[in-house]
Amino acid sequence: MSTSAGIQDLTARQAPGLGGFNLTVLRLEVRRLLRNRRTLLFATIAPAFFFLIFGLNAAYASEPAGHGNVSAFVMISMALYGAVLATTSGGALVSIERAAGWSRQLRLTPLSAPAYIAIKVLTALVLGLASVVVVYAVGALTGKPSMPGYLWIATGLSVWVGSLLFAAFGLFMGYLLPTENVMQILGFVLILFAFAGGLFIPLSQYPHVLQTLAMYTPLYGLNELTHAPLLGVGVDVAWVANVLVWLVIFAGGAMWRFRKDTARV
Amino acid sequence: MTSNGQPMAVGLSGVHKNFGSVQAVRGIDLDIAPGEIVAFLGPNGAGKTSTIDIILGLSRPTAGEVSVFGMQPRQAIARGLISAVMQTGGLLKDLTVAETAQYTASLFVHSRPVQEVLSRAGISGIADRKVGKCSGGEQQRLRFAMALLPDPELLVLDEPTTGMDVEGRRGFWAAIRQDTAEGRTVLFATHYLEEADAYADRIILVRHGQIVADGTAAEIKAMAAGRTVRATLPGADEAALRGIPGADSVEVRGDTVLVHSGDSDAVARYLLTTTPARDLEITTRGIEDAFIALTSDDATTSNAGGTR
Repeated sequence: MSTSAGIQDLTARQAPGLGGFNLTVLRLEVRRLLRNRRTLLFATIAPAFFFLIFGLNAAYASEPAGHGNVSAFVMISMALYGAVLATTSGGALVSIERAAGWSRQLRLTPLSAPAYIAIKVLTALVLGLASVVVVYAVGALTGKPSMPGYLWIATGLSVWVGSLLFAAFGLFMGYLLPTENVMQILGFVLILFAFAGGLFIPLSQYPHVLQTLAMYTPLYGLNELTHAPLLGVGVDVAWVANVLVWLVIFAGGAMWRFRKDTARV
Repeated sequence: MTSNGQPMAVGLSGVHKNFGSVQAVRGIDLDIAPGEIVAFLGPNGAGKTSTIDIILGLSRPTAGEVSVFGMQPRQAIARGLISAVMQTGGLLKDLTVAETAQYTASLFVHSRPVQEVLSRAGISGIADRKVGKCSGGEQQRLRFAMALLPDPELLVLDEPTTGMDVEGRRGFWAAIRQDTAEGRTVLFATHYLEEADAYADRIILVRHGQIVADGTAAEIKAMAAGRTVRATLPGADEAALRGIPGADSVEVRGDTVLVHSGDSDAVARYLLTTTPARDLEITTRGIEDAFIALTSDDATTSNAGGTR
């Protein structure tokens, strides 16, 4: 207790390790995210619903696609869409926290800026995982998607890890856009990215010019990479380059806005 | 350093803060010893919040030095030595009261039990309520509870009772009182004079980013003691008026003169017998007026800084 501010008392006080990062905070952040029904709905129910519409169509669902069928292909696409929506939402929550003054409040605690970002990214990944699991579970229940067991794991994992790119996107936008409605804007942007990346309609069905343009959009590389194990094709360096360049842009942008936001003026 | 070699709770020297061309803080020197309860009193825009932000490490002074228990503010915060209750904001609507406290508690190495601080702040009954459903007063008590979690040596309160009714204000201060009986240093900003008078050992008056008076509540009140004699006196000789025995401030506004004194009878006698003064009026200056006189824009500086 603080009966006297003796020198011993002062030096006995320690700053936390890991910049204040801890599991209690992570647990509470995940709980917050799960409480947000709208985010949950858009990140899990919506992509599962899209799978039911596009992934079960008798006209093509059972057609072969690499080591599996088209239904499995569509399931991966929808899981990717859900996961990036989830991680974007998770990252973009900083917008609300800034508006509420919570970010400022946290600066009156030992929590360091990198630890805060790590918590946001991990929380976003938890929601991203939920999204992948729900879409794959719905897929499995319908019995329509077909691919070897190891590919369920491999594609699911690559979708989940890949969605990290959009946690950075969400953070960048969360710091850039000072609005509580940031997800309404981003939801629309993500649909555009998804169309451009070939998640909803195969790029081969687009005119040539659009196909070329699509290769430069942020979901293109991830979409190709996450489907590669199913299709049994080699990894194209252009896909990796696409992901890396966008990662640099999103993470760099988030870092830049974050520095600006927390600068002591 | 204090006399027994401990570092000052707060040490500011030559602190300036500019926002573009606006000078919010214009040279503040201030030492607060451990255990002091200090009120930062001044009108809106006097530079109180800017100074507090500097003490908390939320902003960097344009010039000057700041230390908290002999260290940088950020270091003191990381060690839980200093915490603050801010005016507004800073809470997440979708967490409950208890969750908000748990969140904050988990960030500190040493933290008081959440349940204990919630009951200290008088909100243990609403622990499971969502923050968004709490009243302004309840949210302020939650901010107070959060500030108590690290058991800070220095508690900073920036206009903590803004927007509370009289009852809420009294309850809030009772809770602070109870908690500071343990020797915690407290610095609070307020523009309510009664608050400063009732709860602080020491009152610092700020105006235009500078300290204009610094003393005990009694000393500040003494500045407000005495009476003001007002008279119509065309062509008043200010120097002569200052020479009246017992006159401690003189103000000339056109044909009107205002003389403040502990012996208003002597002043009145002088004015009526040796000058052509007329329309004489003698009024008591309350502490409110003293505060206004010390901190308002058009006051003369002759009576400011009386106890510095």
